[in-house]
Amino acid sequence: MLTQIPTQLSSIVDVDDLTVEFHGREGTVRPVNGVAFSLKAGEVLCILGESGSGKSVTLRALMRLLAPDRTRITGHVEVAGHDVLKASGRSMAALRGSTISMIFQEPMTAFDPVYTIGDQIAEMVAQHKGVSRRAGRTRALEMLELVQVPSAKRRLDAYPHELSGGLRQRAMIALALSCSPRVLLADEPTTALDATVQAQILLLLRSLQQELGMAVIFVTHDLGVAAEVSDRIAVMYAGRFVETGSVRDVLQDPVHPYTRGLLSSTVHGQPRGTRLQTIPGSPPDLRMLPPGCSFEPRCGEAIDRCRAAIPPPYTLKSGQCVRCVHAPQDLVPAE
Amino acid sequence: MLYYILRRILYAVPIALGVSIVCFSLVYLAPGDPLQTLLPDDTPPEAVAELKAKYGFDRPVPMQYLFWLGNVLTGDFGTSIGTGRPVIEEIGRALSNTLLLGACAVAVAFTLAIIIGGVGGYLHGKVSDKVVTSIAIFGVSVPNYWLGIILVIVFAVELNLLPAVGMGKSGSQGFGLDLESLKYLILPTITLALVPLGIIARTVRASVAEVLGHEFVQTLRAKGLSERGVLRHVVKNAAAPVLAVMGLQFGHLIGGSIVVETVFSWPGTGFLLNNAILRRDVPILQGTILVLALMFVLTNLLVDLLQTTLDPRIRRA
Ligand SMILES: Nc1ncnc2c1ncn2[C@@H]1O[C@H](COP(=O)(O)OP(=O)(O)O)[C@@H](O)[C@H]1O
Ligand SMILES: [Mg+2]
Repeated sequence: MLTQIPTQLSSIVDVDDLTVEFHGREGTVRPVNGVAFSLKAGEVLCILGESGSGKSVTLRALMRLLAPDRTRITGHVEVAGHDVLKASGRSMAALRGSTISMIFQEPMTAFDPVYTIGDQIAEMVAQHKGVSRRAGRTRALEMLELVQVPSAKRRLDAYPHELSGGLRQRAMIALALSCSPRVLLADEPTTALDATVQAQILLLLRSLQQELGMAVIFVTHDLGVAAEVSDRIAVMYAGRFVETGSVRDVLQDPVHPYTRGLLSSTVHGQPRGTRLQTIPGSPPDLRMLPPGCSFEPRCGEAIDRCRAAIPPPYTLKSGQCVRCVHAPQDLVPAE
Repeated sequence: MLYYILRRILYAVPIALGVSIVCFSLVYLAPGDPLQTLLPDDTPPEAVAELKAKYGFDRPVPMQYLFWLGNVLTGDFGTSIGTGRPVIEEIGRALSNTLLLGACAVAVAFTLAIIIGGVGGYLHGKVSDKVVTSIAIFGVSVPNYWLGIILVIVFAVELNLLPAVGMGKSGSQGFGLDLESLKYLILPTITLALVPLGIIARTVRASVAEVLGHEFVQTLRAKGLSERGVLRHVVKNAAAPVLAVMGLQFGHLIGGSIVVETVFSWPGTGFLLNNAILRRDVPILQGTILVLALMFVLTNLLVDLLQTTLDPRIRRA
């Protein structure tokens, strides 16, 4: 690596004004509405949000995995210098798996049931590294050992249904990391697992991230998980990042009413005996978003200005970036 | 795996025995004595008794079965009441004709079905898919005797391009490998292939569309595989259900179609069966049905084994 890279260029993922629309029979669904962020090499960003807030769609858009005929993606997505939304199908395929890789929520259904684990990893290595299947298998074994799959050699020839959920997710991680990607997208990788297995997988992911130095975007709806693994947190609501900042700032001094609601509705960090509060109401219909702040209908602090227009992102002194008109007055709106 | 294969083969034995019992008793479900319809009314009773003894009709039915089974196992299917020739010869000739026609129909139907169904499944829901589906529905719903007759009227009678019936010049019973003989194959092949083409194309389309809807396909794309790489996975996943249907259709096709063979006077097993029924030729009936049924059992066994090698999850059952 060059030593004197301008700071702006050192980001490995750059997303600006990303929107995704699904065109279906029942109208147009808008699950992502102007997401912007950048990620530096080796950084871990956690996207936190309720289910249905557009986290998975955002990740898929980063790899352009959404069905092209029913989906319209606009904005700008740059991964390791490649313009993802403009790249040809062939160069996208070359990027996927080698530069940017994904771990899915359901290890149960993410593997092809009729090929062995070893074959499925070897196939990917052969595709990207241009090596033989045999060399691919050697790499697969190496990877299974790296993710601490016991008796890895035997597991190479196992079919997905022969492994437990935890082992399958380890194998999924082995698959995703087998071509040394620079960016790893992890879409709720522990949600489908038992609590003890969850902790093991989280630890594994964290140590692999530090060892291999990848940038990671980690999606979760679990605050505890977010606090555990990430450097920065982005809170997502109805397809927008409503608050972004360092883990400490966001968890200790949440500014956006939605973030505050989320924090007070979880067990983490609450003194015993405090009553858990839930946020009243339900998320907006993604087919008909309000013209203003999409949290306004559920917000206890809503004023007229909230309904008029979507609040711009304000950057606080702490570095937090918040989309709320109530954000402290002394700050400057980001351009 | 080997154990599984052996077990499957063992399972096939009682099925085959059951089939043989059914074949044997089928004939006794029909009313009347098979000999009576054949012989003139004024045949002397001694002659009738002698014939009964010759064909074994005078023994109790279970004995007749065992006797028949014993003979069948040694390859002796008896002699045809109608022609007086050994049943095994009649079946052999008819079977080779049917297999020839069946093989052509299989080749045409399976190839087209995979192409048509595959395209339909890949473009699920789009216009091309609808076109493909209409072809498949047409194939399944058009009665093949009707199609056969229409084809004969158009290509044989009106256009005079192809022969209408038979297997070759001068009512030949065997097939020659020349261009002239090939012409006799075309119309019956098309007629026979249409229904299995429709049925298999629908299955291929449904399986491919289903596999493409699975989540792991997204993983394949996320791995950076090319469309061809993805296709390799789709094919192996869709293969098991498609093979099951293909096996069934294969069984039907090599079993010969009474309707199609009769329309085209194709001297195969269907034709043979039809004549045997008309003439109440019991040994031919029993022998032909048994051979066809056993081929069906064998086909199913092969399909089972093939599916097992394709899909590891089946092995556990
Ligand atoms: N392929 C699709 N077609 C139509 N709507 C979709 C599709 N995928 C996701 N959605 C919708 O987009 C919204 C966001 O989904 P998602 O990103 O999966 O949420 P989550 O934050 O739970 O991961 C949901 O309302 C979902 O119903
Ligand atoms: Mg999700």
